[in-house]
Amino acid sequence: MNGFSGVLGQAFGLILAWDADLVAIIGLSLRVTLSAVVIACLVGLPLGAVVGAFRFPGRVLADLLLNALMGLPPVVVGLLVYLMLSASGPLGPLALLYTPTAMIVAQTILVTPIIAALTRQAIRDLDREYDEQFQSLGVGPVARVAALLWDARFSLLTVALAGFGRAVAEVGAVLIVGGNINHVTRMMTTAIALETSKGNLQLALALGVVLLALALVVNAAVMAVRGLAVRAAHA
Amino acid sequence: MTRRRRLLSLFASVLFATAPLGTARAEGGFILVQSTTSTQNSGLFEHILPLFQAETGIEVRVVAVGTGQAIRNAANGDGDVLFVHAKSAEEKFVAAGDGVARFDVMYNDFVIVGPASDPAGVAGMSDAAAALARIAQAGALFASRGDDSGTHKAELALWATSGVDVSAASGTWYRETGSGMGATLNVAAAIGAYALSDRATWISFGNKRDTTIAVQGDPVMFNQYGIILVNPEKHPNVKAQLGQQFVDWVLSETGQSAIASYSIDGQQLFFPNAQR
Repeated sequence: MNGFSGVLGQAFGLILAWDADLVAIIGLSLRVTLSAVVIACLVGLPLGAVVGAFRFPGRVLADLLLNALMGLPPVVVGLLVYLMLSASGPLGPLALLYTPTAMIVAQTILVTPIIAALTRQAIRDLDREYDEQFQSLGVGPVARVAALLWDARFSLLTVALAGFGRAVAEVGAVLIVGGNINHVTRMMTTAIALETSKGNLQLALALGVVLLALALVVNAAVMAVRGLAVRAAHA
Repeated sequence: MTRRRRLLSLFASVLFATAPLGTARAEGGFILVQSTTSTQNSGLFEHILPLFQAETGIEVRVVAVGTGQAIRNAANGDGDVLFVHAKSAEEKFVAAGDGVARFDVMYNDFVIVGPASDPAGVAGMSDAAAALARIAQAGALFASRGDDSGTHKAELALWATSGVDVSAASGTWYRETGSGMGATLNVAAAIGAYALSDRATWISFGNKRDTTIAVQGDPVMFNQYGIILVNPEKHPNVKAQLGQQFVDWVLSETGQSAIASYSIDGQQLFFPNAQR
């Protein structure tokens, strides 16, 4: 251990060397995580908007469930997905275990409740504001959800980023369903876990710094897109 | 509207980009080997698998977990070959019909590592059970895998011989980490505890701090590795032909000398002993 400056130095070294294995690992991390977030948004945004915009029996229960599911333990999700995808499980014939697809499935399950619960809150706040207008204009339910989602789009970007943060840092679920197979299912977090278990603590930390830099780049990109969109909307 | 469409096509491109991943490397044929952290973390697989792939074109994908978990995964049919080190559990696996047959592959040995200050005074001993009894008597910290792995089973057998009931000491001087060999060695190095490790993982371990080998050379610390083809009659998805090719290669002259030729800092890590 050469202290933190050594770690930073090694992290920059890793990025500068642009090693093919590291690039593949970063690429897999991005593809798995972004796919999971996109799918989770496709499900979670409408789901959260519906729960947020309408009064229905059991709404309190739905709120509670969505909030509680945000705390799903990754290892438990990993185990459940493993049992489903295992050769002796119900979805065994699909042969998806130990593939990136299995990792996307597990992360989607983890991220969807986060997207849905945070969307619900954003939509509900907005709905209180718009309620009278909607009623006076006689807006139907589908148009109402669509209008709310569209007008909340900038806060929903932050919601998606929260989901991305959960997914990109997660190791428990992807380790079980992906197996951390070299060149197939090894991503940033599982590589960090592996190097830690080899006692290569400095390399593990340096990979952690690279992962952090990756999250920084993704967040910066989203913020830039958001800034452009805001300017366009007000132009 | 165009902006929304652009956004959608971006989503779609991300989704499509992931679609072929699962099959991208399947062309040359691949098998899945359930194995242990000691074989992976020591670098043995990185040494021998490219040789096998160059010879046969078969890609070997390794899932490295504790022996207990590896056996359970294989018993679910999630693997073509099992390559672990817990002979009696392996024989049970075959007897239950989950494996075709078990073959000896190689061995190394276990060592007891501990802090250089040696609070229990066991350094240099070669009787493992007596050393453990002394560690218990001194109440010196001991980090156990506690994860039903091959190393954990071997450790429990040594404790049984020494006559110490470790379950009564759990949480006091006897610390069960419930994790892999490397994670347990990290704990041992951090808190100054003794630990049982296979020699290969120990030699290649990068965070030794002031921990050193305290006890070695006891014949009961012999650590035998075995290889088993998962039974295709019980698990029809098993790639029996490719898996058998790997088993045959590991047991062959070529495979055995590939294992023997792997060393770190001039120390040979595994000693092939397949019967031919």
